[in-house]
Amino acid sequence: MNEAIPGARPHVTLDEELIFDRSGPGKTGAELPPLDVPAISAVEAVGGDYVRPEIEGFPEVSELEVIRHFTRLSTWNYGIDTGLYPLGSCTMKYNPRINEVVARMEGMATDHPYAPEPLVQGCLRILGETARCLKEITGMDAVSLQPAAGAQGELTGLLMIRAALDDRGERRGTVLIPDSAHGTNPASVTFAGYHVRNLKSNARGCIDLAALESAANEEVAALMLTNPNTLGIFEEQIEEICRIVHAKGGLVYMDGANMNALVGVARPGEFGVDVMHLNLHKTFSTPHGGGGPGSGPVAVKAALEPYLPAPVIEQAIDGSWKLNYNCPKSVGRVRAFYGNFGMAVRALAYILAYGPEGLRQATEDAVLNANYLLHGLKQAYELAYDAPAMHECVFSDRRQAARGVRTGDIAKRLIDYGFHPYTVSFPLVVQGALMIEPTESASKEELDRFVEAMLAIAREVEDDPNVALTAPHTTRVRRLDEVTAARKPVLRWQPTAETE
Amino acid sequence: MYPEEFLYTRDHEWVRVDGNTATVGITDHAQKELGDIVFVDLPAVGTHVAAKESLGTVESVKAVADVFAPLTGEVISLNPKVQSAPEIVNTDPHGEGWLVQLRVRDRNETEGLMTTEEYEKYLKGEGGH
Amino acid sequence: MRYLPNSAADRARMCEAIGLRSGEELFAQIPAALRLNAPLQTPGPLSESEILDFFRQAASQSSKDYTSFLGAGAYSHYRPAAIDMLLSRGEFFTAYTPYQAEISQGTLQAMFEFQTLIAQLTGMEVANSSLYDGSTATNEAVLIALRVTRRERVVLARTLHPEYREVCRTYSRNLGVALEEIACAHSGQVDLQRLEAAIDDKTAAVVVQSPNFFGAIERIPEISQVAHNRGALLIVAVAEPLALALLRPPREADIVSGEAQSFGVPVAFGGPYAGFLATHEKFVRQMPGRLVGQTKDADGRRGFVLTLVTREQFIRREKATSNICTSQSLCALAATIYLCLLGKQGLRRLAEHNLAKAHYAAQQLASVSGAELPFPAPFFNEFVIRTPGDARKVLAALEEEKILGGVALERFYPELQDHLLVCVTETASRQAIDRMAKVYRRLGRRETVMGEADLRAAPAGKGTRG
Repeated sequence: MNEAIPGARPHVTLDEELIFDRSGPGKTGAELPPLDVPAISAVEAVGGDYVRPEIEGFPEVSELEVIRHFTRLSTWNYGIDTGLYPLGSCTMKYNPRINEVVARMEGMATDHPYAPEPLVQGCLRILGETARCLKEITGMDAVSLQPAAGAQGELTGLLMIRAALDDRGERRGTVLIPDSAHGTNPASVTFAGYHVRNLKSNARGCIDLAALESAANEEVAALMLTNPNTLGIFEEQIEEICRIVHAKGGLVYMDGANMNALVGVARPGEFGVDVMHLNLHKTFSTPHGGGGPGSGPVAVKAALEPYLPAPVIEQAIDGSWKLNYNCPKSVGRVRAFYGNFGMAVRALAYILAYGPEGLRQATEDAVLNANYLLHGLKQAYELAYDAPAMHECVFSDRRQAARGVRTGDIAKRLIDYGFHPYTVSFPLVVQGALMIEPTESASKEELDRFVEAMLAIAREVEDDPNVALTAPHTTRVRRLDEVTAARKPVLRWQPTAETE
Repeated sequence: MYPEEFLYTRDHEWVRVDGNTATVGITDHAQKELGDIVFVDLPAVGTHVAAKESLGTVESVKAVADVFAPLTGEVISLNPKVQSAPEIVNTDPHGEGWLVQLRVRDRNETEGLMTTEEYEKYLKGEGGH
Repeated sequence: MRYLPNSAADRARMCEAIGLRSGEELFAQIPAALRLNAPLQTPGPLSESEILDFFRQAASQSSKDYTSFLGAGAYSHYRPAAIDMLLSRGEFFTAYTPYQAEISQGTLQAMFEFQTLIAQLTGMEVANSSLYDGSTATNEAVLIALRVTRRERVVLARTLHPEYREVCRTYSRNLGVALEEIACAHSGQVDLQRLEAAIDDKTAAVVVQSPNFFGAIERIPEISQVAHNRGALLIVAVAEPLALALLRPPREADIVSGEAQSFGVPVAFGGPYAGFLATHEKFVRQMPGRLVGQTKDADGRRGFVLTLVTREQFIRREKATSNICTSQSLCALAATIYLCLLGKQGLRRLAEHNLAKAHYAAQQLASVSGAELPFPAPFFNEFVIRTPGDARKVLAALEEEKILGGVALERFYPELQDHLLVCVTETASRQAIDRMAKVYRRLGRRETVMGEADLRAAPAGKGTRG
């Protein structure tokens, strides 16, 4: 574009350097108040051997430069605030602003985890009330907010299963996982010291009861399933599934990643599930933050309650809250302190804002939106399994692949239409999967525009596959060379001879 | 395309046996399926492997494939070139892109492997995926 | 409901388009017996102002009016206003993990900068783009060492944060790993002889913290020699990373794990924080967590991507280096902004202020009769003090003065009855330190209040090595 305007060069706003390249000796973006105690020499205080020289290449910039640097960087990101973000399995819903305000409030953001309990009743109450709400929503008997994210919730749940089986004197070695599961499931199973055994899905994309029946034996510690599963289909036989596993003495773990399809409509505690985790950053609107922080509370039935990570939050008869460290059967601690407290603040604010009827309405909207998309797209894209959707729908790129265009290319082309892509190539059981989850935050108008874009891309693929194959065409950077990045990794900036 | 003097596995490794020494690599079909190879992880010299056990892995940007030992034996040398420039597994899978050499214990094990003709037929049978 | 964009009319039209008579039909897949037939028993709905009231009320039952001398893995530092202004940009905080690089360059570049800053501070070659927190990062470092060395024993210094040790224990329990703890020397530092005796050919790693849980700065070169002599890796955990602005980085370590909370992340009752993990290039493929790499786009422009992803669970599944799926990007972004604002000189000056205040406080408290600094090792902004009399009484008396005087160590170390772990950052004024010392004096054996002149005459820094 700039070639058309003689003399015009792209402004740095379009090509922001690394902060290290912007650095200039002696500049600073923060100043300290005067020191009100006697200054001491570091060498004298700790000994010369322990003191470092200045850090070579560390940035030196003014406050304004920091503001501009990160503001410019932010403009190269796409967020939920920018537009539809239909990443399947990620539940990219609106992150309410009041949640950010209350989480940063003095007294919420400032209490120290080791402050005396009587002085931190407010924070303890937030933890207690959040756990209470999550119990009600899941229909389970107890909740720990300690796990820092979903995968850690999975591991915690599996460790609890293991501890409970150990108590029964049972040494079991295997966990069954359907082939449509998230990659974190088998990884968590390994770190819990179990072996993974994959279960093939049936023609409807659900657990095959006959296969489960033959796999379930006295070696199986647990079945780990996601419901609705990663294809967005509710396991209708869930009660029978739980019965089969329980009959052989195993336990049922439910990955709650897709809980956005169930809140206020059905409760896993009533399905026969023994332990599950939730993702506060999916179902309960805490922001994804560009990849964390998340929060993965684990919820259990009463039989597993003694194994929860210590400490557990309790309310005394006088209404005060306390942390109970006396949990002899606990699996131990999975994280320092009490979990991602700030995420509990936001999740509770979300639950309070909606109220019971609102939570159900949000679920209904999420499921309606997914079915509306499914309906609009199935003429141009092949449905992976022709079943009604819950909160997300999954297509295959089979028709487009015949023209050489794969799910990843369609995703890149979608960027040109102003949308964030869906989830690409997952679940693995679907060839070239397009996994789409609009959430309740998408308006009908936006969904119509999305369908229009997807149909237009399908037509382009027929006319000229190259458009999608070279997409995106409108972004600041084009497709990036991931091959060189992986072959010769450059993982940090290094001072060059000239800048020194 | 596929050298006559090689033998092949169903997991798309090739092996060339000279006396007690077997040179092992992945087939052209395997490298195409993986795409641009970015990393090759091989066992230390001296490692003993049984036939069909994992010898190491070959990685592309978004996939990892196990390389299985076609024959039982001891690893006697590694191809240093594929570790510093893994792309040669893409450009010359049957030559410069070999992975390891084994000292073979039992040459009779080759009976379970495919000839070039059989492998090419096997590839057609796999339906081209 | 204010967060939902569809009106009743929109919903009706959508239902009609897909051939449904009501929203309830959407859930026909769920067996009727499993569907709830009554609303949940959760509170609300609340308007925005009611939510504000609810949390204000909760926040009023807090320690916000107290001066805090609590550290122990969660540090109060001043947070410049620019941090929250920048974090509040929706493009940052409402984005997902940057898998679609072309529309995620902001997060990717910032994480590349974070990786660089952590590598610079720790003296390591590479760092990842954050893990859950310091405790889990340290545990992940242990898991790396187990994979790299293929050994099964791990030696932990007892001066590693007690909760970090607990996390390592939880994770190792089912993996056939033996954890052993070694007590510290009289100096408060790792006992090199005990360490040497504890290591054998099966030891995968030695884990020490520096400054350690008691605030003592460890002699990393000596420890590394002992560990490396037997082929064990050395993992150095850092809970107060501000120390790295002033102290020699643990270059001899194989892995440095730690907590970046000090850098602009609120104390927030324990989380969310940002763990970090830094190491040498040779271990990079054994690292867990996200890594951002620099590359070029189709037109040759510099850009950033997530790289070496085959380590991760979504590809390698049960063979992944870790089950971790999320990092703590937004907290890592806060740390990046913080470090850029403070910069090379600002961060160093801040560290010097912390050092000066902590040493002033140690001197003031230790000069009280009956009080003592039990560990002579050098320290940064945190130290242990034996209180004059019952530590609980001291803490209670300080609370009356609106001071949180430290963490009673007996809870973690039964042998350290009447010992407090005191942390003094730039947020503590001299006045507050003096008020704390006054309470000590009141409770100390010497009842008479010392004047300023007496104080100056008191032996300088009893036990603080000069």
